[in-house]
Amino acid sequence: MAVRKLIGFNLLTGVVLGVIGYIVGWQLGHIPTGESIEYFGDTGQNDIAMFCAYMLGVIGFLVGLGFANYPIQRMLGKPPSLREKETGGWTRYFGLCTDHKVVGIQYLVGIGVFIFIGGLNAMLIRYELLTPNQHLANGNNYLTLVGLHGTMMMGMMTSGILGPVANYFVPIMIGARRMAFPRIEALTFWLLMAAGVILMTALAFGGFPTGWTGYEPLADQANMGMDAYICFFALVGLSMCLLGLNMLATVITMRAPGMAWGRLPMFVWGVVSTAILMLLAAPVLFSALLMETLDRTAQTGFFNVQAGGSPYLWENLFWIFGHPEVYILALPGMGILLEILPVFSRKPVWGYRLAVTGMLGISLLSWLVWQHHIFVSGINADLRPFYMLSTELISLPTGFIFICALGTLWAGRIRLTVPMLFCLAWIFNFLIGGLSGVFLSDVPSDVTTHGSFFSMAHFHYTIMGGLIFTFFAAIYYWVPKMTGYEINEFWGKVHFWSMFIAFNSTFGPLLVIGFLGQPRRVVTYPGFLQGANEWVSVSAFVLGASMIVFLVNFVYSQVIARVPAAANPWGSKSIEFQLPSPVPVHNFDRIPTFGPDPYPYGEGAEAAPSGPVIAPARHTK
Amino acid sequence: MWSSWSHGRRVAVLTIVVTIILLPIMIFVLGPNMPPGKNTDVGKGQVFDNTVLLIVMTPFTAFILTYLVYAAIAFRVPDSDSREGAHIRGHMRSQIIWLVTTTAAVLFLAIFGTAELLSTGAGGGQGPKPITKPGGTVLPVQVIGQQWEFTFRYPTYGGVETAQLEIPVGTQIAFHVTSLDAIHSFWAYQLGVKADANPGVDNVAYVKPKTTRSFDIRCAELCGLWHGYMFDTGYVVTQSQFTTWIAQQQRLYAKSMKDLPPFAYTYAPDPTFRAG
Amino acid sequence: MSLLVGAGRLRLAGVLVVAAAIAALIAAYVVFLTHGPKPYRPAATGPAVDLTLQTVAAVGPNLSPNENWVSYLIQENGKWTRSTVWTLPANTLVHVTLYNYDGQSGLRNPFLAQARGIVGGNFTVDGKPMSHIDPDAASHTFAIPQFNVIVPILGIADDAKNQCGYAPCDPSMAHYKIQFTFRTGKKGHYRWQCFVPCAAGFVYGFGGPMQTIGYMDGFINVV
Repeated sequence: MAVRKLIGFNLLTGVVLGVIGYIVGWQLGHIPTGESIEYFGDTGQNDIAMFCAYMLGVIGFLVGLGFANYPIQRMLGKPPSLREKETGGWTRYFGLCTDHKVVGIQYLVGIGVFIFIGGLNAMLIRYELLTPNQHLANGNNYLTLVGLHGTMMMGMMTSGILGPVANYFVPIMIGARRMAFPRIEALTFWLLMAAGVILMTALAFGGFPTGWTGYEPLADQANMGMDAYICFFALVGLSMCLLGLNMLATVITMRAPGMAWGRLPMFVWGVVSTAILMLLAAPVLFSALLMETLDRTAQTGFFNVQAGGSPYLWENLFWIFGHPEVYILALPGMGILLEILPVFSRKPVWGYRLAVTGMLGISLLSWLVWQHHIFVSGINADLRPFYMLSTELISLPTGFIFICALGTLWAGRIRLTVPMLFCLAWIFNFLIGGLSGVFLSDVPSDVTTHGSFFSMAHFHYTIMGGLIFTFFAAIYYWVPKMTGYEINEFWGKVHFWSMFIAFNSTFGPLLVIGFLGQPRRVVTYPGFLQGANEWVSVSAFVLGASMIVFLVNFVYSQVIARVPAAANPWGSKSIEFQLPSPVPVHNFDRIPTFGPDPYPYGEGAEAAPSGPVIAPARHTK
Repeated sequence: MWSSWSHGRRVAVLTIVVTIILLPIMIFVLGPNMPPGKNTDVGKGQVFDNTVLLIVMTPFTAFILTYLVYAAIAFRVPDSDSREGAHIRGHMRSQIIWLVTTTAAVLFLAIFGTAELLSTGAGGGQGPKPITKPGGTVLPVQVIGQQWEFTFRYPTYGGVETAQLEIPVGTQIAFHVTSLDAIHSFWAYQLGVKADANPGVDNVAYVKPKTTRSFDIRCAELCGLWHGYMFDTGYVVTQSQFTTWIAQQQRLYAKSMKDLPPFAYTYAPDPTFRAG
Repeated sequence: MSLLVGAGRLRLAGVLVVAAAIAALIAAYVVFLTHGPKPYRPAATGPAVDLTLQTVAAVGPNLSPNENWVSYLIQENGKWTRSTVWTLPANTLVHVTLYNYDGQSGLRNPFLAQARGIVGGNFTVDGKPMSHIDPDAASHTFAIPQFNVIVPILGIADDAKNQCGYAPCDPSMAHYKIQFTFRTGKKGHYRWQCFVPCAAGFVYGFGGPMQTIGYMDGFINVV
């Protein structure tokens, strides 16, 4: 039985077939010859082989995991199992599993690993910036580090909340037993893991110099490491697109009786508005990456001026994806914020419809602003007032989120638990992020701040201060429900305060450093900024240490010294907390029915019979 | 008095107090020190613009932070408290007030920013067909970005190309920024000028320096291995110093001037694609 | 706490093993990223130092995994090595002798075909003083932009006999001997590079060896 499990379809067979696919692809890629690819001999950079290797590697990996079994069995006319390995003990976490709760936990750990690597790169970047000159002994690695940090974080965190939290809780919150497409759900996770590994292999092929934006024609000059960037983002784009599609399909089609649109929890609204962006933005990225692939392999000239192309094409396509992308990162955080605030203020969400309007408004407006990233690039100078206006208009729906969050606190009975602290920090951080964004949206001000540390600090305030803080709020709030074990509250508070202080002490000064003229992504800066940079670096190391506090606390309470969590430790009225911890397989025995009030908090609200009617499933394994 | 006030009144009064304390700091302390300094017409415009942004943001910041801190203190209960909060689902009037004030602020900022932008071009790259053109005589200076150095060409001085940038004070300068390879960005910090250098594109930015001084030139768009080392110092000098300097450069680079292609707004030298 | 008994103790041991493995991986990763070539430090010969370099069209399989990449080589104790990170004394004359075995690629910006920043304003090509070459005949440049030093390096003619294949090349093959002197500035960390688009096969001739330390780019630590 054990041997059968080992050579069955699981992570091990996936990796083995992945490596085999990689080697086969590499060999195949060396077969084509001819005048048009003669230059591979000069450069020693056979991009065709690299792409073939990555593609066949990924295909081998997925086949090894068992993704081909279902279609092949159907083609052979055999009746396959529809729900693979949903009750298989701990091994189901290491393979294709269609249980949305298993996928959620896989996402949590898998994404956590890559975010940890991204954070480690950030530490190395700050180590380099301790002095005004390059001192990482290997001179090429700084830009690669910058690229690996940015690309890894941007790629992984797109699914940072939708992956673990939404996969786990959206079906439960809407009263479903599974996602609309469970096999696609598992696919999105494994694609992301393959992508993360591929990105790290860039180091073995000379790295890539472009940062996460991959601007042409620099990307075309780069070594084979660039191919890893392209494959990474393509797989992330595919994963994002499928994840968004799956989420939308689930929320649209699988809501339980009584779960009308106007009763969706705020978190689900956050997921819906994000999923719309994911579904529509990722294909733009994917097609732009395809052009870049062709430029690098078939020597087309999409982005080469003298061959009839234009680097502006990349800038435009990338930011048409890239700006919705940053809202893909921000919106789930807003959903979590408005989901958690009512629980710990003991009040309903303040201005439910305004908050939903805010999220959907951000979704819509984020399509109309992309050229604010290229205000000084010399393209469409006459359109700058429009993009200035549309960008500043985003403050309006964002303002809705703020006023709803503040209103929810009003006259509540606020309990400053760890998740609540992280949510309150969102309000502070996102405020700074939003205000600094106004400088960047204003063209005269952007002339100085564009491409400087100011813009870098701005988006770290919105994404790290917005998304990562709510990500941790979600972990402290929901992980006991996911695993059935508590997380130590005291060390959670240590984590929060050290992270909050170190975060602001890192990125606050960076806003000033940017204003004083330090560009992004450089190893050198004027000598008078050394003191400030040292301060920032030390703060960043403290920030890194606060993550270690979290990690130790998390592993200690989840793995080593487990304390079983109560079913509803927070007194939440949300449906997932009416189920046992961890949530049983198949969630519900009977599909629940929902009452009219998603947030029956507040004095006098309990009396109304408005909560869901639930029959939890009986299986616990 | 304080204890008899409602929560709403307390937050309102605190917000006003905080705003009144912060506004003079924004206007008189931070404002004049905002980047990039008032060394040029566009720099002065940017400083003014940044100051206005600070002023508009102040009341909103004061409100949100005051409210947040007040709520976290006044409405906090111990974790063991099991009582519920007030059952409030919204408040139409507050929502409308918020919507109206934020809309007004946003529209004001957009209109103000547009007016500032159109008055001088704000020192930003405007592409080959600038929508804001200053009147009078203009000294064109071409900035050529290449991996990894900026060089400069003065078309009105025989097209001489130099390794250093000097411009005369009090003269309207038009920087024509272009690149020979990857995308760079010409950032003259103290001048308040930033314009991307794109291959095959003439990106124009205007500036009129007001004081003689040195200024930092940096590349602000990731352009490869030595991006971080693509910096230089430029000088704003008097008209007579400039005349002397440019004549000296013409002598110094007399040999290379013969090799240079005729002045053009963009160049496409070989090799353009896969070199070999 | 009574948690560290039985299964808890086992899990603790497992976590410690995994944590140790991860720590080792991180250490290897950090060392890999921060480890670099040891700088070459020429012996001071009186008030000046000498650098002997060669530029080659293909660095060869013995010196690099990228055998067809163009490269600078430096003579270190009589042996040619691919080291482009040097330590030089401050405010000192540096006599450079460079043997160029590479052909002509041509400059993208002809402006850079004129030497600047070197002592006396002239360099010599096979003993003949020059301050400027035909930009189309440039093979490489030796440039330290922060010292305003640039020296164009004349490439051998396309039809020259006995051209060097893989490095290291020896003086019996077609070459130019270029000599010049520059003065190092104050202490600091400087980069040097080539401005000729000599990286065959890369867009604008500026990928690969042109963007990888150890080939056409390097650092000078002035101490």
